[in-house]
Amino acid sequence: MTYMTKPKMHHPDLKTNALGFTRRDYEGPVSTLCAGCGHDSISAAIIRACYQLNLQPHRIAKLSGIGCSSKTPSYFLGASHGFNSVHGRMPSVLTGANIANKDLIYLGVSGDGDSASIGLGQFAHAIRRGVNMTYIVENNGVYGLTKGQFSATADKGAKNRRGVPNMDEPIDMISMALQLGATYVGRSFSGDKDQLVPLIEGALMHKGAAFIDCISPCVAFNNHDGSTKSFDYVREHNEAVNRMDVILGREPITAEYAPGQMEMVRQHDGTYLKLKKIATDYDPTDRVAVMNYLQEHKARGEIVTGLLYVDSDADDLHGYLDSVDAPFNSLSDADLVPGAGALAKLNASLR
Amino acid sequence: MNAIDKIQPQSSVPALQAVNEFVVKFANVNGSGSASANQLFAKAILRMGVPVTPRNIFPSNIQGLPTWYEMRVSEAGHMGARDGTDLIVAMNPQTWDEDIASIVPGGYLFYDSTKPMPPSKFRDDINVIGVPLTAITNAAYTLSRERQLFKNIIYVGVLAALLEMDVKAIEGLLADQFKGRDKLIAANHQALRLGYDYALANLQCPIGLRFRPSDQVGDRIFLEGNAASALGALYGGATVCAWYPITPSSSLAEAFIRYCNRYRVDPETKKKRFGIVQAEDELSSIGMVIGAGWNGARAFTATSGPGISLMQEFIGLAYFAEIPAVIFDVQRAGPSTGMPTRNQQCDLLSCAYASHGDTKHVLLFPEDPAECFDFGADAMDLADRLQTPIFVLLDLDIGMNERLCRPLTWDDSRKLDRGKVMTAEDLVAGKVFGRYLDVDGDGIPYRTYPGTHPSKGAYFTRGTSRDEYARYTEDGAAYQRNMDRLLKKFETAKTLVPAPISTKAAAPTKFAAIYYGSTAPAMLEAAEILAGRGIHLDLMRVRGFPFAAEVGAFVEAHDKVFVVEQNRDAQMRTLLINEEEINPKRLGKVLHYDGSPITARHIAETIAGQIG
Repeated sequence: MTYMTKPKMHHPDLKTNALGFTRRDYEGPVSTLCAGCGHDSISAAIIRACYQLNLQPHRIAKLSGIGCSSKTPSYFLGASHGFNSVHGRMPSVLTGANIANKDLIYLGVSGDGDSASIGLGQFAHAIRRGVNMTYIVENNGVYGLTKGQFSATADKGAKNRRGVPNMDEPIDMISMALQLGATYVGRSFSGDKDQLVPLIEGALMHKGAAFIDCISPCVAFNNHDGSTKSFDYVREHNEAVNRMDVILGREPITAEYAPGQMEMVRQHDGTYLKLKKIATDYDPTDRVAVMNYLQEHKARGEIVTGLLYVDSDADDLHGYLDSVDAPFNSLSDADLVPGAGALAKLNASLR
Repeated sequence: MNAIDKIQPQSSVPALQAVNEFVVKFANVNGSGSASANQLFAKAILRMGVPVTPRNIFPSNIQGLPTWYEMRVSEAGHMGARDGTDLIVAMNPQTWDEDIASIVPGGYLFYDSTKPMPPSKFRDDINVIGVPLTAITNAAYTLSRERQLFKNIIYVGVLAALLEMDVKAIEGLLADQFKGRDKLIAANHQALRLGYDYALANLQCPIGLRFRPSDQVGDRIFLEGNAASALGALYGGATVCAWYPITPSSSLAEAFIRYCNRYRVDPETKKKRFGIVQAEDELSSIGMVIGAGWNGARAFTATSGPGISLMQEFIGLAYFAEIPAVIFDVQRAGPSTGMPTRNQQCDLLSCAYASHGDTKHVLLFPEDPAECFDFGADAMDLADRLQTPIFVLLDLDIGMNERLCRPLTWDDSRKLDRGKVMTAEDLVAGKVFGRYLDVDGDGIPYRTYPGTHPSKGAYFTRGTSRDEYARYTEDGAAYQRNMDRLLKKFETAKTLVPAPISTKAAAPTKFAAIYYGSTAPAMLEAAEILAGRGIHLDLMRVRGFPFAAEVGAFVEAHDKVFVVEQNRDAQMRTLLINEEEINPKRLGKVLHYDGSPITARHIAETIAGQIG
């Protein structure tokens, strides 16, 4: 498959955002994934989220590993730099890039094959370091590019297309992310754009490690009866705890809901996450309670979705590194090189 | 034989007599605090103007097992390792037998005679000096920690008397070391004098080995290669370091942390102009370096052979995606634990051709800490200039030992070479940007940093499968064009790596030797030995790979060239044969790979044997 550009022409009345960009300005070349792939819906959600947040496309860096999901950064944000790295190791490349320039927005796109097996270690350590990023796992429970083998997130008892069940316990990346200290955790479904777009928006504006597990059915290899990652299965078992809107700081905040049903969470950059509670007893700021809730509902066979956890006061890796305000890649020679005088003093101390 | 105080013990052969030319070896127990006492002794020698080259020989343990500190004292300036010990300071009963066996006939044994040793434990052809160190120490100190530490200082005092050292120089060093802590200074001075005075009162001083003040140290400095490399990286503008602990490279990253905290903290805000991450493994550390390099910051990692093995896939990505990265590989012997705390130059091939697919990488071979500094900074420029991984190949011998070397220098007019970076201004001015387009004919394309311009200059980074404009393609012709350009870039690298240094023999000769890295001092000494026997060698020290044109020409100009290196498989020789298409018969092998540093004698005997 070679590169196919999309025509840049668009309807003259296509709406623009506050920066004057249309939605088309956030698109990329034509996707080469299978028709109906959940991943393309996630790409579309990313495009919409960036458009609605008025982000400058070139200030976003998109990184991925290897696999179907990791191919998708080619298909959105054509004006952004992208990096298709090696299998399971997007997190380390993203971490390094983030250290080099704290001023960009980092979007890591991965899949369950990429992040839950070879990438499990890198996923864990990037989360526990608090790298300021949005890390999306496009989770379909199978290896698509190698034609349908189970991945490590496939549920125990789920059947492949030939009816053979998976007997290994699944890795639950949401539970891991919570346990490892992620400060923004959400789960969604590629078939629910209304839920997914604001979740991505909130993650992009979050300071700290934001993780989104997005169930994204594989139409070619994992959308049959007996699969627990099919469109039908996920729709039937989806239990959303809340619905969210992201409100940019300058917009007026209006309360539309009765007390107890609505919660406003102010993020570090001044944006608000407006949460409409569906599960009224669910508190997304209590990490331990969230972990318990998820375990209980998982045992009932439910797929809990929504904004599951947020710590709006989180710090990030640069805070821990205590780095200067200017990005490292912008520092001048004078900032970096101590010079001959310092070296002469050092020499004198080594005699 | 028994050693008797006040009487100079006599060996059955004449006692060794030497001034400023001998080897002293300390046999200690790991974790006993001996390292700082031994270092103090070495520095005192340097303060007397006498060159000394110490080497740590240590096991893969932290406490309780044998460790040795071998010092080659040489006013003539020989800094390579030498076989045999002239004076052993035997402080470890565990290694007694092998320590006694290592003494040259007529040499000296210094030991703690508090507990009597059976006569069978000595040799007739050595001179034995027994001092009841434990008894002296225990009489003077009651706390066990004090006893352990001051025993070391006491033996330094005894040695100072035996070897006619300037005890004032040692006192000065102690005062420098504990500056501001007067009590500690006084206590150390007291312990030193305890040993020194005991020796003068009870032993024949000096023995046949003696120090004499000299002027052969000059303005040279005493520094470890790992620390010098870290400073080089710092002066080279590195802001990102991602590493995973592995002997013998850990002290490189740790030195970088130390120097950054000294030189790279903003004086006003106290915030840091560096980001250092101890990664979860080498897969991650090289990934972070590549991510930072892609994003326009200078980044490096420090590792050793097993780390290089783990990094292979990422190194290939950086090669094909053309991302700057610097890798310091402090080489060591063998896999696993044990021999890895010993020396080798055994990663040349795994670095030169690291990763899957057709790859070739740039290697630098520093000979000493001063070059570690220079090449550390140069590597940062080369990585940006060539947009590729650059390997700096040290080894344990120069990495973890303090070595006398020329002072570090920096030209304040030097500008960091950021390589071919297209800026927003360039893009606005209408310059054509093709990420993998060879605009200048040197195989090196232009790059943009992420975030440069709202609508121009963005590209998608991937391994291969792309055309000159970074657009995805699986077209075979485009792939091949890219591979050929990468080869052209490698040709360009030949003109940019540090040039080899060649030395003509005193007499015209058909023989020559090629060597590199830490082999240098032993090679120079070997050439002297061989010249004394009438065998003259032209010498070339290779400092970079790919080989500069001079290297092939040098081989062409000689009938036989010995390639001297510290590995089993003659890896440099393989590179010469492979890259320069040299007839293997013209390249002799001089190999050393038992984990100890190569010696001049080994080189001289091997070459003499091959010439016949």
